[in-house]
Amino acid sequence: MTGLLITLGKILAVFTVTMLTVAYLTLLERKVCAYIQLRKGPNRVGPWGLFQPIADGLKFVFKEDFVPAGANRALHAVAPVLAMAPALTTCAVIPFGSTLPMFGGEVNMIIADLSIGVLFVFAIGSLSVYGLITGGWASNNKYALFGALRAGAQMISYEITLGLAIIPIIMATGSLRLSDIVAYQGAHPWFMIVQPLGFLLFVVASFAETNRLPFDIPEAEPELVAGYHTEYSSMKFAGFYMGEYAAMITAAALIVTLFCGGYHLPWLENLNFFKEHATLLGLLHIGTFLAKMGICLFGFIWVRWSLPRFRYDQLMKLGWKVLLPLGLINILIYGLFTLKDSI
Amino acid sequence: METVLFYLFAALTLASGLMVITRRNPVASALYLVLCFFGLAGIYVLMDAYFLAAIQIAVYAGAIMVLFLFVIMLLRLEPTELPSFMNSWSKRLYVAVTLVLGGVFLGLDLMRTVNTGADSALTGEAGAIADRLFNRYLLPFEVTALLLLVAIVGAVVMARRESPKPTASMEEV
Amino acid sequence: MFDYNHALILAFMLFTLGTAGVLLRRSALVVFMSIELMLNAVNLVLVVFSRLRGDLDGQVICFFIMAVAAAEAAVGLAIIIAFFKRKKHVDLDRASLLRS
Repeated sequence: MTGLLITLGKILAVFTVTMLTVAYLTLLERKVCAYIQLRKGPNRVGPWGLFQPIADGLKFVFKEDFVPAGANRALHAVAPVLAMAPALTTCAVIPFGSTLPMFGGEVNMIIADLSIGVLFVFAIGSLSVYGLITGGWASNNKYALFGALRAGAQMISYEITLGLAIIPIIMATGSLRLSDIVAYQGAHPWFMIVQPLGFLLFVVASFAETNRLPFDIPEAEPELVAGYHTEYSSMKFAGFYMGEYAAMITAAALIVTLFCGGYHLPWLENLNFFKEHATLLGLLHIGTFLAKMGICLFGFIWVRWSLPRFRYDQLMKLGWKVLLPLGLINILIYGLFTLKDSI
Repeated sequence: METVLFYLFAALTLASGLMVITRRNPVASALYLVLCFFGLAGIYVLMDAYFLAAIQIAVYAGAIMVLFLFVIMLLRLEPTELPSFMNSWSKRLYVAVTLVLGGVFLGLDLMRTVNTGADSALTGEAGAIADRLFNRYLLPFEVTALLLLVAIVGAVVMARRESPKPTASMEEV
Repeated sequence: MFDYNHALILAFMLFTLGTAGVLLRRSALVVFMSIELMLNAVNLVLVVFSRLRGDLDGQVICFFIMAVAAAEAAVGLAIIIAFFKRKKHVDLDRASLLRS
């Protein structure tokens, strides 16, 4: 019974933190964008614009919920949910801390430590395309449909690179369990250093998977109005918007978990001080994970406001003719290294 | 708990399976089929076939059905009329097939006395399946890989945009 | 633990649904989806028997079925696209390209 309650508590905590991060990520994005463009950004609502996300949320709620003529009403309503759900589901298998002594025992800081964690992430991640495709199609709008089709093609193409980029990691750790991968990086150098090519591929593919600039072709404003969510307003639009940011958070969490040592903080966590205070060590791990994620998210925003957009054919060429072969070569190189070690 | 979950997943699978073949709109059919695959994946998990459940979602829901939706949207298919009822020959054939299958199934049901209660508690972890795949079934595995390659080439050739200047042989076709 | 016979019955019903779809529907795409339904019913049977016998071979065969289904979907959909380009419909009852 306690186990069930603890799990429920963890789900609640992760969900709350993710949703709060989504809300404040929008503010951070606008602030960073503003400073990059030598502006001030939102600063009217609260100190440093801190209440801006709440005001935005209220505005979304009170806007008219418009459904275009000839649209498929049911799918039009379901699509934003489909866009948000996969990103939030993936959070369930990500280890965001080691253990915390609580309720007379050690509580793992992960909702579900699946033995097929990596596969789960990819299975769920491959579903995120449904929200965009159904949203674009159900809107009965040619721009929305084009956006949806582009989104579909882009996400299918870059998923392959995403998968190939982490195969060397699985080869090294011999496990699909995400906590094993993090534990491995606690004892060995991070995969970011050992696998620079894999890391680069994964990051680039993550940008494409989350439809962020420089790969935001599905919603390219100049050509497609706003892509798959052209015909969306009110909370339904907010659903897509939040889904995009939730996907960003998941992508950042995955980058941290797979390549940047997860919750491990080298040297500092081996101090004698932390050996005596288990609670503080647990908190340090959670803090480290969140800090690393924050750096990743800042990187996402930084890139968005610094780089121009790819053209559609360039994007497809990059995915299939550059990244995919590089991913295969990366696996080959790593395989040769392992062979050399075993001989 | 597991029994309840099984019946939930079974109901989901059957209901969405029924929707697949009764919806007029192909997009709705495809989305219900995805739901059906989810139900099956849930049942796989209940039988501890974790690897298969993940692959079921990744391959069927994540790849094959996206391809279906893609094609439906690309072709902009209009909703089709459902048949009022089957024309006579297919009706007969359908009834026959159902009866034959039902008979086979009942036979299996009788034979099951051999298996009753023999739950093996087998878990389909990725490692164990990989072991089978790369040892006993290495040749079929490689052949499947080749098949996929051939399928890719075939799909590209079939769906390729026709060249601006068709050759004489293509004109004849 | 649930009754595995019920899982077999479920598989049978799914297979019947798939057969019905193949025989009754005229749209090539829905027929195709019904075939996937039938393949999935077979997969379910294989997993059930694999569990009953305590042998992983059934699940391995399932894996192969999924791979072949993916290949089949790619080629089949390409054929449907090619057909649609020529005929502007995907109605199987009106398909007569191969009939002389």
